[in-house]
Amino acid sequence: MNRIKEAFENKKAFIPFITGGDPNLEVTKKLLVAMQDAGADLIEVGIPFSDPIAEGPVIQEADERALSAGCTLDKLFDAIREVRGQLHIPLVFMTYVNPIYTYGKEKFMQRCVECEMAGIIVPDLPFEEKNELSPVCREYGIELVSLIAPTSHERIQMIAREAEGFLYCVSSLGVTGVRQRITTDIGEMISRVREATNIPCAVGFGIATPEQAKEMASLSDGAIVGSAIVKLIAKYGEDCVPHVKEYVSSMKKACQEAE
Amino acid sequence: MEDKGRFGEYGGQYVPETLMNAVNELEAAYNKFKDDDEFKRELDTLLREYAGRPSLLYEAKKMTRELGGAKIYLKREDLNHTGAHKINNVLGQVLLAKKMGKSRVIAETGAGQHGVATATAAALMDMECEIYMGKKDTDRQALNVYRMELLGAKVHPVTTGTMTLKDAVNETMREWTNRMDDTLYVLGSVMGPHPFPTIVRDFQKVISREIKEQMLEKEGRLPDAVIACVGGGSNAIGAFYEFIEDKEVKLIGCEAAGLGVDTDKHAATIAKGEVGIFHGMKSLFCQNSDGQIAPVYSISAGLDYPGIGPEHAMLNKTGRAQYVPITDEEAVNAFEYLSRTEGIIPAVESSHAVAYAMKLAPKMDKDKIIVVNLSGRGDKDVAAIARYRGVDIHE
Repeated sequence: MNRIKEAFENKKAFIPFITGGDPNLEVTKKLLVAMQDAGADLIEVGIPFSDPIAEGPVIQEADERALSAGCTLDKLFDAIREVRGQLHIPLVFMTYVNPIYTYGKEKFMQRCVECEMAGIIVPDLPFEEKNELSPVCREYGIELVSLIAPTSHERIQMIAREAEGFLYCVSSLGVTGVRQRITTDIGEMISRVREATNIPCAVGFGIATPEQAKEMASLSDGAIVGSAIVKLIAKYGEDCVPHVKEYVSSMKKACQEAE
Repeated sequence: MEDKGRFGEYGGQYVPETLMNAVNELEAAYNKFKDDDEFKRELDTLLREYAGRPSLLYEAKKMTRELGGAKIYLKREDLNHTGAHKINNVLGQVLLAKKMGKSRVIAETGAGQHGVATATAAALMDMECEIYMGKKDTDRQALNVYRMELLGAKVHPVTTGTMTLKDAVNETMREWTNRMDDTLYVLGSVMGPHPFPTIVRDFQKVISREIKEQMLEKEGRLPDAVIACVGGGSNAIGAFYEFIEDKEVKLIGCEAAGLGVDTDKHAATIAKGEVGIFHGMKSLFCQNSDGQIAPVYSISAGLDYPGIGPEHAMLNKTGRAQYVPITDEEAVNAFEYLSRTEGIIPAVESSHAVAYAMKLAPKMDKDKIIVVNLSGRGDKDVAAIARYRGVDIHE
């Protein structure tokens, strides 16, 4: 079983991100189903963290909202497990390494298996440190998604050769957040990957509009959008679900236009 | 590759991929310049003629007499230019940045000492300088904010999270991820991802090298104990490093216990922390069972940090160094005691080390010797100490 790859089969994937527990776990459950219904091919669920160093203000605030609403790892796992039966698309966690390490690597992976998670993305675990988690991920069949950045240059092939699931291509320098323009030569990044492997590549960081999603998906295998969705959640709170659904549907359509 | 930058199981390089080439570039540059004769000569000149090294090793005779036990020496890092040990590291790192062709430095600061030192070195070496400082700290250390601005730095108050040192580190890391071509992150303590814990320690070990030479000259032998305060741990590692192989010298780090280690208002990482991975390193952190980093507290902004450098975590684990908690109350008492007794106003950070010396010295024989690393001067803390004692003075 390789569930992440399914998200990219014969299509450009649209991958939305939400922070688990923002504004609360009941809404998170509804959002997962609504985003799937709107055409999401894979969903990234962020585990809220006290100190998310790779995030811009929008997702930092989402983490704070989730934590102050009482979201814990156990509660998040429980919520996903409850809703999992209604979901047929793959899910991955986006989490910093400390929550996994401190909760207990084995216990964390066991619970991922219970929730049928397909993989994890750990932004502060670079190639040089991935042995911290890759053995335990392998043992439990959870794919450890690697990231490449505009500064990766000669590192891209080394990372791509060992990449699992899909390769997360960070579009821009800095932290997550909406950007007017993406100036990195994404085509060049992808072609470097292609010299090493055929793994699907999805572009994230800074994508907010359907035009950007279409452009990034045409250069790669999919688009990842976080902050733009989280902004809707911040704006509408518990009433965000229809707004997010409509947005995801427009972004999915834009990705399809890139096919 | 797994052993890169490791201190036992601690250390490592847990940073986003975007920063990997930046830390690799720094490591390569450091390895190139650390043994470069010209670099060493330039740094040595700066340390002697600009920072005022070597710093004095002062025999605190009145304190020794009053406490009635071991002889106490104070390593006067407070007499360095800018008033703390921070300048040792900063001159090294900013000079390195210059050699790397960088034109801009960024740094976090807690009490403001590292920020002031960085702004100073940046002014001297013609670098652009931006400092990130928790909003809570810009409030309680307003004087240092103005000092940094006088020196030409831009100070960004950080309003995220707990608005203290850890949040300032988060924000500086985020800014470095945004701009690294012309910018070096000048980290202020022996923490963060490799190579920072090694670089900062190497630039701070001059403290223990001098203590050793001065002690041999004055007493013809090594001290029995070296005491230093520990937040991230840069002055402590600086004071300990050259003694690590001298097993007869006790090494004692003093952590901030705030209102007490049995309350939730402390920053005693070794006493209360657990192993985790944060700010680029595996080490000990104050955190909950979900790995959320805990809000910490100390009267001292410079020790108000939920982690500790990886080399200290190792020295603690192997038992080579011992770490003790010191409360706000004990530190403030020591602050006042040293001011009154020796006419030296210590930083409230360093006062934690003075406080432990006050407990330890009376229990030791008169022929024993303690060295306290007086890591900084206390002018910056006077208003806060007055407030602690219920006196409202205007800065």
